[in-house]
Amino acid sequence: MDDAPLLEIKDLHVHFHVYGGILRVLDGVSFVVHRGEKVGLVGETGCGKTTTMKATLRVLPMPPARIPGGQILFQGQDLLKMRDDRLRRVRGRGISMIFQDPTAALNPVFTIGQQIRAVVRHSTEKRLSRSQIHDRMIQPIREVALPDPERMLGSYPIQLSGGMRQRVCIAMALVADPKLLIADEPGTSLDVTIQDQILRLLGRLVEEKDLSVILITHTLGIVRQLTDRVYVMYAGTMVEVAGTEELFRNPLHPYTHGLMEAVPRLTGGGVSDGIPGRIPNYLHPPPGCRFHPRCPHVMDVCRQEKPGFYRVSGDHEVACFLYRDKERSA
Amino acid sequence: MGEVIPARHSHPTISLEQVKLMERQTRRENLGRAWYKFSRNSLSLVGAAMVLLVLLLAIFAPLVAPYPEHVKPFTDFANAKLPPSWAHPFGTDEIGRDILSRSIFGFRYALWMGVVVLSLVVPPGVLLGLVAGYFQGTRIDTIIMRITDIFLAVPPLILALAIASILKPNLSNAMMAVSLMWWPWYTRLVYGLASTLRNEYFVVSAEVSGASTAHILFREILPNVISPIFTKISLDMGWVIIIGSTLSFVGLGVQPPEPGLGTMVASGAKYLPDQWWIAVFPALAIVLIVLGFNLLGDGLRDMLGAEEI
Amino acid sequence: MGFVTFIGRRIFQSIFVLLGLSILIFIIARIMPGDPARVAMGARAPDWVVENLREQMHLNDPLPVQYGYWLRDALQGDFGISLFTRRNVADDVREFLPASLELVFTSGIIAGVVGISLGAISARYKDTWIDGVLRMFSYFGVVTPAFVFAILFLLLFGLALQWLPPIGRLSDGIPKPPVITGMITVDALLAGQFATFWDAFKHLLMPALALSMGALAQEARITRSSMADNLSKDYIAAERALGIPERVIMSRFLLKPSLIPTISVFALDFAAGLSNAFLVELIFNWPGLSRYGMNAMLRKDLNAISAVILILGITFTIANIVVDLVVGALDPRIRLSAERSE
Repeated sequence: MDDAPLLEIKDLHVHFHVYGGILRVLDGVSFVVHRGEKVGLVGETGCGKTTTMKATLRVLPMPPARIPGGQILFQGQDLLKMRDDRLRRVRGRGISMIFQDPTAALNPVFTIGQQIRAVVRHSTEKRLSRSQIHDRMIQPIREVALPDPERMLGSYPIQLSGGMRQRVCIAMALVADPKLLIADEPGTSLDVTIQDQILRLLGRLVEEKDLSVILITHTLGIVRQLTDRVYVMYAGTMVEVAGTEELFRNPLHPYTHGLMEAVPRLTGGGVSDGIPGRIPNYLHPPPGCRFHPRCPHVMDVCRQEKPGFYRVSGDHEVACFLYRDKERSA
Repeated sequence: MGEVIPARHSHPTISLEQVKLMERQTRRENLGRAWYKFSRNSLSLVGAAMVLLVLLLAIFAPLVAPYPEHVKPFTDFANAKLPPSWAHPFGTDEIGRDILSRSIFGFRYALWMGVVVLSLVVPPGVLLGLVAGYFQGTRIDTIIMRITDIFLAVPPLILALAIASILKPNLSNAMMAVSLMWWPWYTRLVYGLASTLRNEYFVVSAEVSGASTAHILFREILPNVISPIFTKISLDMGWVIIIGSTLSFVGLGVQPPEPGLGTMVASGAKYLPDQWWIAVFPALAIVLIVLGFNLLGDGLRDMLGAEEI
Repeated sequence: MGFVTFIGRRIFQSIFVLLGLSILIFIIARIMPGDPARVAMGARAPDWVVENLREQMHLNDPLPVQYGYWLRDALQGDFGISLFTRRNVADDVREFLPASLELVFTSGIIAGVVGISLGAISARYKDTWIDGVLRMFSYFGVVTPAFVFAILFLLLFGLALQWLPPIGRLSDGIPKPPVITGMITVDALLAGQFATFWDAFKHLLMPALALSMGALAQEARITRSSMADNLSKDYIAAERALGIPERVIMSRFLLKPSLIPTISVFALDFAAGLSNAFLVELIFNWPGLSRYGMNAMLRKDLNAISAVILILGITFTIANIVVDLVVGALDPRIRLSAERSE
């Protein structure tokens, strides 16, 4: 695992230019995924998880979004500087993405078949014969265990259930055999049993195809089941990264603590308070550490300086001044 | 049943006064944000300025117009058909009247038309829409909306022309004709909004607590449809003025020698292309006033978030 | 088969609406002050002649009975005699309607093609100077009354630059093609008379342009805003993320959903076209039904007025149904929910 990372995001900034000013939605995010690795990305709704991933594939609506700084290296090449036609070949084939809401991610006025066909046809530079196209359309639909593939192809999204739409999205993401799959809160919009089915399906496919995965979620239980390593994000900044077991055993950042306490525990009796306050607005983010207004351990330095990452143990890093002195040199 | 069930989680109690204060603060905050949105769009400010300018010109027309006497029966053949100059910035017409002065007075007729028609049209249109929407699915709904459909089955200008033509041609009959054609648009707009609102919790809970129909219509539903109505009024000022000037143009509205803008365009059209200014400046005056109301209306739409218009 | 039922029901409703419209027209025609029989015979006709005509026109019967007679005749295509042309109104309609349809259809095509293209360009170059210029242009298009455009075009292209013939449908000395549809351009093409077609087309172009401006601007605005709206939708991001090329997304996956609001508005634009034709035909001396109707109105020719309004009402209703059909064909959500509500 020591070879060059599959995906490396370095100091990524994303701004949204809106009425009233600039929203600094991502403020220096760094992120690494190695080959074959399954990485979790957790944080509250609105903390920039989806924005980071959409920026990676350069599918943020621009304007209003702008990327004033950072690098996104995929297999050593900077996606932000890549020409459009080359970028297009990375999309789908190199990195593929399953969007959060399958209903919004499917074009409502085209059949599933029309949409998958377009993905298949542009997944390779070769000209495919009709039967090849058809095979490549049917195969992923079978893989995601959708019943009656032929009828499925003739259906419009509105005719399918939420779970089926999610499966269609997964199928489309797998058409071109990507190396890295980004799954943005898969199944969140569905009810719990269906979500469970979807996650198990996803887990199985990832194992079978030996994919690298970025799993975005705000449910810690899912992270624990499916990932090797976890990044914790807060208000457009990374606050902590560690191996999954390590993070659950020894969460360091006060925000990570809060997140863990916000999880309903069957044994603990009822739901705890979670973290008081809400995510700050991005128009005037708090200076220094963005978490300081909500932090129970806030110190003076937190209000003035942005904390860097401190490496506390092997692969456990945390961006918090509490651990300034506990850093171990790597 | 009299048993009190203890609350599992104790909530801090809030007095009614505090709720009202919070509501007021929220409202002020929303108002501030709305104005912010409106003023960010420079075009809406331009529109508001144009409307204000036209309004002031119309109100103070006798003071502002260089030759107010040219609005009354007046002829000065020696100065007829003069091209634009410092003395007559818009030129003079076929019988020597100053076109700028007449255009300024023309704003009065245009605005008057819009104000009268909309104040005749909006209350009944909105009321019918509220009633039909609230009684959605009943016979009342069917009757009101079918009648509305009938009026909407012909483009409004055509029926307005027909009615105006049958009556005596003058401004008040033109206003009546347009009003007869215009209410269904408000009925349809409000109906669409009210029929979805009527199933909302706040309406249902008012029903359950025994509120009167009038209370539900005017205190519960109406406040929630008021922003689209205002947006539509602003846009409609423009449309009514266009229709009014069109009626005047064909001789069914403002009658000469009174300076209706459409009337002036019609009489000036005979002198095209050589004395172009006689028709062109009053036409531009129409464009100015309608553009103003449109920009304003679009700004209001952005500000109030009334996308259904 | 649900969609067929849906359209069937729409047609049924429309028939009901048109019946209502006929009552409305009848009422309007009867509120006119004065005695229609006296108006028809003129002031100098002796009283007994007028009385005879009153009897003949069923004017002595109660109003509902009068309406019954009127509707019966109208359904048979008999709208009575025009007081102005002294001919059967039905014959007049047959003669003048094709010219109006030719004009309104042409302007609709111009408005659709140019408006949608401009809107798409505007959305593509959103917030650049191109977008700014186009938006300003559409604003003026929307707020300028059709008769002002008609006058400006007549002045500019017809009189000042003399690019296009200012009035009429054909130049003097050019023979009319045999009447098939009544639309001269179409008839000339059908007869293979290309010179005639070209001449008729030049006459048609300016009034059609003047008539199309408002709708064109409206279409451009709506296309722009719906394309810009849809451009930030997740499905576009998803299609990009899956490697579908930009040109395919733009010309297919973005265009189709964005056209739905544009086409829905087309019915209203068509209505505006029909009404504005009243002015435009008058200004360009275009011998269509609208000019006929306008003249009828200015002369209080009730039979003609009623017929024109009813015909335009029917035309508009058909246009509405066609638009519903097209939108249903484009948008499975509407089609399928119509089926489900069965």
